[in-house]
Amino acid sequence: MSGLLLDQVSKRFGSFTAVDQVQLSVPKGSFVCLLGPSGCGKTTLLRMIAGLEEPSAGRISLEGDDLTMVPTHRRNIGMVFQSLALFAHLSVGQNIAYALRIRGTDQAQQDRRVNELLEMVHLDGYAHRPVAKLSGGQRQRVAIARALAHSPRLFLLDEPLSALDAKLREAMQVELRQLQQALGITTIVVTHDQREAMTMADLVVVMGEGRIRQAAAPIDVYRNPVDAFVADFIGTTNLLPVTRSLQGGALLWGHALEGVAMPAGRSNAVLSIRPENVLLGVPGSGTLDATVTFVRDLGATVEIFLSANGTTFVSVANPRERAEVLVGNTIGVSLSAPNCLVFAP
Amino acid sequence: MIARVLNRIYLGVLAIFLAAPLIIVAGVSVNEKQSLEFPPHGFSLSWYLEIFTNAEWRNALWASLGLATFSAALAVAVAFPLAWFGWRRFAPWTRIFQLLGVAPFVLPPVITALGLLTFWATTGFYGQAWTAIISHAIFFVTLPLVTLTLGFSSIDRSVVEAASTMGAKDGTVLRTVVMPLIVPYLISGYAFTFVLSLNEYIIAYMTVGFTVETLPIKIFNALRYGYTPTMASATVLFIALAALVFGLIARFGDLPRLLGASAAEEG
Amino acid sequence: MKQEAPQGVADYAPIVFPGLMLLVFFVLPFGTMIAVSFFRRDQGGFYTPDFVFSNYERFLSPFFGNVLGFSILLAVAVAIACVALALPFTFTLSRMPRRPQVLWLVALLSVLSLSEVIIGFAWSTLLSRTAGITNILVSMGLMDAPRALVPSLGAVLTAMIYQAFPYTVLVMYPALVRLDPTLLEAAKTLGASPLQAFFNVVVPALRNTLVATVIMVFVFALGSYLLPQILGRPSHWTLSVLITDQAVYQSNMPFASAMAVLLVLLSLALVGLTSMIGRKENAA
Repeated sequence: MSGLLLDQVSKRFGSFTAVDQVQLSVPKGSFVCLLGPSGCGKTTLLRMIAGLEEPSAGRISLEGDDLTMVPTHRRNIGMVFQSLALFAHLSVGQNIAYALRIRGTDQAQQDRRVNELLEMVHLDGYAHRPVAKLSGGQRQRVAIARALAHSPRLFLLDEPLSALDAKLREAMQVELRQLQQALGITTIVVTHDQREAMTMADLVVVMGEGRIRQAAAPIDVYRNPVDAFVADFIGTTNLLPVTRSLQGGALLWGHALEGVAMPAGRSNAVLSIRPENVLLGVPGSGTLDATVTFVRDLGATVEIFLSANGTTFVSVANPRERAEVLVGNTIGVSLSAPNCLVFAP
Repeated sequence: MIARVLNRIYLGVLAIFLAAPLIIVAGVSVNEKQSLEFPPHGFSLSWYLEIFTNAEWRNALWASLGLATFSAALAVAVAFPLAWFGWRRFAPWTRIFQLLGVAPFVLPPVITALGLLTFWATTGFYGQAWTAIISHAIFFVTLPLVTLTLGFSSIDRSVVEAASTMGAKDGTVLRTVVMPLIVPYLISGYAFTFVLSLNEYIIAYMTVGFTVETLPIKIFNALRYGYTPTMASATVLFIALAALVFGLIARFGDLPRLLGASAAEEG
Repeated sequence: MKQEAPQGVADYAPIVFPGLMLLVFFVLPFGTMIAVSFFRRDQGGFYTPDFVFSNYERFLSPFFGNVLGFSILLAVAVAIACVALALPFTFTLSRMPRRPQVLWLVALLSVLSLSEVIIGFAWSTLLSRTAGITNILVSMGLMDAPRALVPSLGAVLTAMIYQAFPYTVLVMYPALVRLDPTLLEAAKTLGASPLQAFFNVVVPALRNTLVATVIMVFVFALGSYLLPQILGRPSHWTLSVLITDQAVYQSNMPFASAMAVLLVLLSLALVGLTSMIGRKENAA
């Protein structure tokens, strides 16, 4: 089948399993983000796809070709490293042309391609600049251009934007996405920044402890997380303990939650509800009452920290929608059933 | 795959190259008779005992150990304030002293040996045992100086600043915050100097060679004037000692870091 | 504490002892050596304070010119051979997992601590007729009779390379261990075979380190005072051997000192060159 296929890929370092039986099918031309906290195995997985690490088990194939035993330099991939790894002794143009030089392309064609790529990354005329004189963002673009010069089948990026400041990062996210769409190249990006993943990806692969927890479109991962880990990692959420009532429904600290079911066979579970779905009102009017412990006014939104039963959780609201809330107030909290997700603990 | 095999072969050949002379020397040291034979005929550890039972060899051993112990201590004593000052104070002219500290070791040893010889001869102390201690200390001062400078530069100044904000004076900071951090470098600087001083020949020879015989001097004399396998056994002893000292440093310290690597990584 | 300029006299205290020691026992000896180089040599082994150039005039002989030329050539050969041999090794070493790497470092340090006497003794044994490597070859059937491989230029070269190799590795080590591993990986992803990647990415990145190392090993090799003497013929004697010979056996201190001064100037010039290159690299 076309695209990248990871078949039961695992990587063990001694007794430590970094990547655990990953099964993933990436459609050709799609933009995939491997997302997860540090240590979850996403970089190891990317490096195995690049051939820089050998899998302990499993197969990796690209457009039908088994790549598992193929050395890196014959896989026809393009990779951007977190450190960028630009060759300091070569100019911008020479860096970009490196892959072509290795392949014996003639000088005229090299020059043409270099100019093409410089235009693509908005660095026209930079061919003869020394790499050391570039800014962070410019070096980033050179790294991208260099990786794409030889028209690889696969475009891999390891935390490519982590060294950039916030504003530049956000601009680059959009540019990277647009570039990928223009070229139609299968792209895999490793990141720990879930906002980045949500911005760029067609497919978000959330990883934890070496395993894939969920692989779906960004908005699916956000709205329908498959477990508490994913719910907590994507966006922000409140994780609250719930127990089974005599009638089989869910109880939050003894308060009944209308229309919320418990997972089968479980008497304890975790409830995930996002701050924007925690609604506030008059005391006694909702599911339960809570005390306001902290208010964070961010201008566009207001975060209200609430405490009940010794646990703190957060509600987010638009400042125009509700009345002034002060620390110490008792307030009524509503959790609407459709927005409550209950997971096994 | 092929690369890995080639690599293994390359390392193997290199290991043999580095070890071969030492293997020969070890083999020669257990020869039964007092002749230079390899492979050895018979097996005898008597030449190892000879180092301790023969008065001449024993005295040479003591001389070497004593020289190493004191000259290493003196070298560290000279290097430490210099390294401390260079780290603590901003004074461009300290560069000169640091260069002076590095120079003895970088220049060919025969030059330093000759210089010291002329100096001791001129001042009239030529041949006295203690001149060797000072000579070695100055020659080797580079080692603890480089190690300590490296050590100081790895100290996070904000740790020291935190101590100051908590009320510690300069001297207290040195004692309670800096010293514990610099101790590994002090120890390794001392150990490196000790081992190198044990083995050093030309400076010892030129300064006190005709009054005191250190072990390397004795080995050289035996080379010229009469072979005995004790030369080989003494050599093996010294190599074993060096390996032990460096092994201990590696065991209790971060050897790659001491040699210039940046902060150690896991695994 | 930030680096502050010294405030009062007391702040200079730490530097007094080392400064004094270095001044008295390093700078002064240099002074006396330079002075002695101008003294007149007396028959019978002593010298009288004087100011003559006769010791330096001896440099202007073809014999001396040969010795100087040979010393430089030999040191250059050793330096280049060592760096060429040590580069792939140190690169491999720096990529090794911790335990084998530390083991190798301990081994290298142990070999480095060996004095020239011991190395000379070990190699002269290794290459001798009665106890050397040729005996092993004979017992393996590859040779008819054992042969002495000393004295010879090859023996001198081999032993000097042996002596300088651990030093070379340790001089290169910091730069290689700090080398960005992703440079090599990036080159591989762009299609370069491991060998291609090593030569056109890693080696150029280390250009300054390699030049500085060659120079440092050159100075180190210039200092070999025993190996050319033990393992070579008189025609293989280098400047350092000559200095030792004149100072110790011929008791000709003035001439030895003059040669030593020359050697110092040569070494200092090269070390100065190294630090200039080092500064250029830091600025880049």
